[in-house]
Amino acid sequence: MDNNLGYLFAAFGITWLAIAVYLLYLGQQVRALRDEVESLDDER
Amino acid sequence: MSESRAGQTARARKSDLKVQALGAVTVAVLTIGIFMAFVYAPMDSVQGQAQRIFYVHVPMAWLSYLAFGVIFVGSVGYLWKRNMRWDRLARSGAELGFLFTTLVLITGSLWGRPIWNTFWTWDARLTTTLILWFIYLGYFMIRSYAADAERGARYAAVLGIIGAVDVPIIHLSVQWWRTLHPQPVVLNTGGPNLPNEMLWTLLVCFTGFTLLFVYLLIQKIRIEVVRDRLADREMDALLAPQPAALARAGEVSGGSEA
Repeated sequence: MDNNLGYLFAAFGITWLAIAVYLLYLGQQVRALRDEVESLDDER
Repeated sequence: MSESRAGQTARARKSDLKVQALGAVTVAVLTIGIFMAFVYAPMDSVQGQAQRIFYVHVPMAWLSYLAFGVIFVGSVGYLWKRNMRWDRLARSGAELGFLFTTLVLITGSLWGRPIWNTFWTWDARLTTTLILWFIYLGYFMIRSYAADAERGARYAAVLGIIGAVDVPIIHLSVQWWRTLHPQPVVLNTGGPNLPNEMLWTLLVCFTGFTLLFVYLLIQKIRIEVVRDRLADREMDALLAPQPAALARAGEVSGGSEA
């Protein structure tokens, strides 16, 4: 029972990796929207 | 006009600072939580190291409920007021709910393998949580398949209200049915049933992940606000008469008058 460190690190690792990927995804959305706003401003 | 714009910019900057401060506090609390989970909390004598998964799994489960609470409030608000502000709240909550429900299923499976000797079993708690995951999935499918955004928001709001019924069922499933899943150790009638070090670690992780949820929700809502405004601007541009068409119309009407 004591030798379950692999499962423990997998659970913490996957959780933090998923949260990091989600934060990157949000950042990508912000960049895409900023580009769109700039292109609309240029069209004016 | 320029004063009001300056006021708006100052307000936006102040709001940005508050969100950044929230982000900093969240990182600090979560760092303390991880430290406590690995160092401060004692190892469980029966479950061994795998028990420490509890410090991420339980907060993830709470956030999957909280996210559906956000969807429920947003859905009721949208159907009542027909204001996109409520719909933005609901759809932002749905994205976070999907993320945290996926994580609760994964971390639960990783705990189940060493403790139950299986990654998955059709236990009442696990099955009702999987149903919640499918409800989240259906929520996104309804939105993407709807003919227009307004209709998608309406259908999704109905699912958001009906789907919320699953949350109390998940929570009470361990009392209603015979299940393998452990009984509540914090919210039970006799008070918390775990050592103080474990209880404090859980409370810090709970606080950290709840702050993370609020931070992510604010960021997601901000993105959705800009996206909706851009969609409105694009729609206005499409509906506005084109200069060339106006000129042609002017020529035609001028010609007919001559």
